[in-house]
Amino acid sequence: MTVDVSKTDGPGATPPAGPEAIKAIPVRHPGRYVSAIIALGLLGAVVYAFAQGNINWGAVPDYFFDDRILHGVGNTLLLTVLSMLIGIVGGIVLAVMRLSKNPVTSSIAWFYIWFFRGTPVLVQLFVWFNLGLVFEYINLGPIYKDYWSSFMTPLLTALLGLGLNEAAYMAEICRAGLLSVDEGQTEAAHALGMSHTKTLGRIVIPQAMRVIVPPTGNEVINMLKTTSLVSAVQFYDLFKEAQDIGQNAGSTVEMYFLAAAWYLIMTSILSVGQYYVERYYARGSTRSLPPTPLQRFRAAVLPARRPKGVTA
Amino acid sequence: MTHPMVRAEGVHKSFGTVEVLKGIDLQVNSGEVFCLIGPSGSGKSTFLRCINHLEKINAGRLYVDGELVGYRQKGDKLYELKDSEVALKRRDIGMVFQRFNLFPHMTAIENVMEAPVQVKGASKAEARERATRLLDRVGLADKAGNYPAQLSGGQQQRVAIARALAMDPKLMLFDEPTSALDPELVGDVLDVMRDLAESGMTMVVVTHEMGFAREVGDSLVFMDGGVVVESGNPREVLTDPQHERTKAFLSKVL
Repeated sequence: MTVDVSKTDGPGATPPAGPEAIKAIPVRHPGRYVSAIIALGLLGAVVYAFAQGNINWGAVPDYFFDDRILHGVGNTLLLTVLSMLIGIVGGIVLAVMRLSKNPVTSSIAWFYIWFFRGTPVLVQLFVWFNLGLVFEYINLGPIYKDYWSSFMTPLLTALLGLGLNEAAYMAEICRAGLLSVDEGQTEAAHALGMSHTKTLGRIVIPQAMRVIVPPTGNEVINMLKTTSLVSAVQFYDLFKEAQDIGQNAGSTVEMYFLAAAWYLIMTSILSVGQYYVERYYARGSTRSLPPTPLQRFRAAVLPARRPKGVTA
Repeated sequence: MTHPMVRAEGVHKSFGTVEVLKGIDLQVNSGEVFCLIGPSGSGKSTFLRCINHLEKINAGRLYVDGELVGYRQKGDKLYELKDSEVALKRRDIGMVFQRFNLFPHMTAIENVMEAPVQVKGASKAEARERATRLLDRVGLADKAGNYPAQLSGGQQQRVAIARALAMDPKLMLFDEPTSALDPELVGDVLDVMRDLAESGMTMVVVTHEMGFAREVGDSLVFMDGGVVVESGNPREVLTDPQHERTKAFLSKVL
């Protein structure tokens, strides 16, 4: 079971001289051509339909870098990051609570997750926004006292609505991650005299991350898109700004296209980041790390170049 | 040499309604290689895990180096030890598992350095130097930078031994250390254990390697059904078993 480091099987390697290679007529797949033509035809029809539509395409580039749009993009990103932070921290706390041996904390965590996963996030947002109807003041004793309406700003409403809801989902992801780590790991750490906290922090969580990170990446991308809901509680995110411009400038649909393009750009960038984070936490679980796209690109474009000291 | 390192008096252990240990009495002397053999389900691994309190015993008394395992006695009352106190005692007891249980997200040398740095507060440089020497001792100096997934089973188990030794234990527990290995890799691990025995380490070894027990062991206990059936000098017990169950077991494995 040794790993041969010097093994290369790039395009530079010459095949060994052996018996004559088989030359046979490959099996034909006419069905593939038919399905390709049908798919292309349908795609063409969709493109044609939009080209025929009464769309003022010029409005999209005109407003693409408009100050209001950029402000909205900034707010969307800010809201995504802060809500995810609330979600991740809350999720870890809830996961540890659910796995704890204390029946009170684990029941409370169960109830929280049951409630927040079981109700739509849009409904939760409206509840936070309108709590001023039942509480006139917010009173935290000597620390803070104010009217509810001036305390619950659109940003805070959005953060609470999205963050607390996300915590319920993150809790389940974290719990699955913690449970995925073999019990032998905890035993080995304990046998070395490590405390519960050290065992969790140094041994269990780093291994759980491999299971936690991929779905968390999906959650971030989902969150970025879900933030568009907060336009309903008067928070000026990308979608709300685009909507406002569209209504004032009379280019409603064009501004929706513009918003969609911005969301696509942002989610694409996040996907690339996710790949690298996953690669980092995969170390040790596979014998060799998969190449990064950059490394793959180099290998494809510059096949002749090899690291020094490695011979073919 | 007669100072007892491990002393068990009527140790009982149940999992739910299943009684796994039904009153174990034995003594492991300091510097001794103590082998536990027996069919699977006989309770030998469970007993080993009781020694460093990975399992709680239900009745009886278990002492390591003269101190009660897992409890403190005041008058005739027993007080459970806090987790931190249990952890403190475990520092002195090294354990090697059947399934290695190396930390897969750390390289071999990081595995060996982990406990000295995190538990004893050793400096990284100091721990690295010691870990290098320990890996050299188990014949793996050149594999220091490899992750466990890049090592063979035998190599992983030798790293696990080095990891346990890094805490300077006064007692080493081996839980079937060669059972998960390909036959041709068993020898390397046994060589390291033999070397450790010669250096005077007190070792309790649960094993199916009768050759190792006969050659290296100072005492041997045959367990079956949660009780000690026969004990004595390994060469005598293995060649001339007195008890019927010992004879039946040995006729199957030898």
